[in-house]
Amino acid sequence: MAGASAKQVLFEPIFSNNPIALQILGICSALAVTSSLSVTIVMCISVTAVTAFSSMAVSLIRAQIPGSIRIIVQMTIIASLVIVVDQLLKAFAYEISKQLSVFVGLIITNCIVMGRAEGFAMQNGPWLSFLDGVGNGLGYSVLLLFVGFWRELFGSGSLFGFTILTPVNEGGWYVTNGLLLLPPSAFFIIGLTIWALRTWKPDQVEEADYKLSRHKVKEAF
Amino acid sequence: MEHYLSLLVKAVFIENMALSFFLGMCTFIAISKKIEAAIGLGIAVIVVLTVTVPINNLIYNDVLREGALAWAGLPNTDLSFLGLITYIGVIAAIVQIMEMVLDKYIPALYAALGVFLPLITVNCAILGAALFMVERDYDFGESVVFGFGAGLGWALAIVALAGIREKLKYSDVPPGLRGLGITFITVGLMSLGFMSFSGISL
Repeated sequence: MAGASAKQVLFEPIFSNNPIALQILGICSALAVTSSLSVTIVMCISVTAVTAFSSMAVSLIRAQIPGSIRIIVQMTIIASLVIVVDQLLKAFAYEISKQLSVFVGLIITNCIVMGRAEGFAMQNGPWLSFLDGVGNGLGYSVLLLFVGFWRELFGSGSLFGFTILTPVNEGGWYVTNGLLLLPPSAFFIIGLTIWALRTWKPDQVEEADYKLSRHKVKEAF
Repeated sequence: MEHYLSLLVKAVFIENMALSFFLGMCTFIAISKKIEAAIGLGIAVIVVLTVTVPINNLIYNDVLREGALAWAGLPNTDLSFLGLITYIGVIAAIVQIMEMVLDKYIPALYAALGVFLPLITVNCAILGAALFMVERDYDFGESVVFGFGAGLGWALAIVALAGIREKLKYSDVPPGLRGLGITFITVGLMSLGFMSFSGISL
């Protein structure tokens, strides 16, 4: 993607080349942390920051990394950044860091971070790599926040912890949909989101493995 | 014994790595188009988890944990912040060693698993299991059982999904939902099915 403009690098991943919906990267955390929006947003910021800075760092030393050990070098850079994020969260947002539990650590193996370091930062300059990291982080965040929005709104009738639809057990009218707080709902929401996105941008539709032959009506004899 | 058995059942079914914690989802969805590939990857995950979780357990309890270095005259050192980088290093190293050992001594198995081993380093199920082991404070015996059970559960889930997807490719799916979309919905339904195990109390 040599010669790509900064704007393109920054905004392409949000809808046209979304890391979750098209590149199948970083799905693990997308499902596990989206049951409430405030947790989701912390996760989004962490992932965006780690992706951006790790891409930049990898790009800065890309000429010095020997090809055979590049994975482990990238891994070390990413792990160090994640440790910084983890310690910061423990210091300033302890409650949320408890809720995120192991998923902060799992940013290390989040394929978005590795994928961008390997696929983009190894070939491009530090500034473009940084923007690419931010862009992919944003693409990830958009999808995550979208999923989190529906799950929290209909699952517990609130957004960011503020009540929007007063639930029945607090004297309101809204019967909360418990399914949306359970893990499987995230799969359904992401599946449907992908459907919507691909209907909007038909070039992302995958080829079918088999074509069905047209139904023929045999004449009665 | 009973304690270990219930831990095993819990790790395989009730807290299934793939379907209730969504760990290793990227590989789970990418490598589940063919049953043979899914079985190969599943076995590789079982082996790697059974080896790495206990080793990380030893490292955590004897080196990183607060006060663990008392034998070296450093009773107040707490190295647990180095945890993440250590676990991932250990996992990467073990996967590399296993690859070399298999290549030398069991070439047949290497031929079957070879392509999957490098993928496993970045599989979040492996690192996730190490982190769960630390968070839940398992001892050595428990960590062996937990590592094996978590791997078995993951393998079971990916083989089941591959079976479904092999049949699914003959069906007429709406264009936008084809491929990734329908896979997500299938996994959602499977996950819903696995939730029925949560009623088992041990």
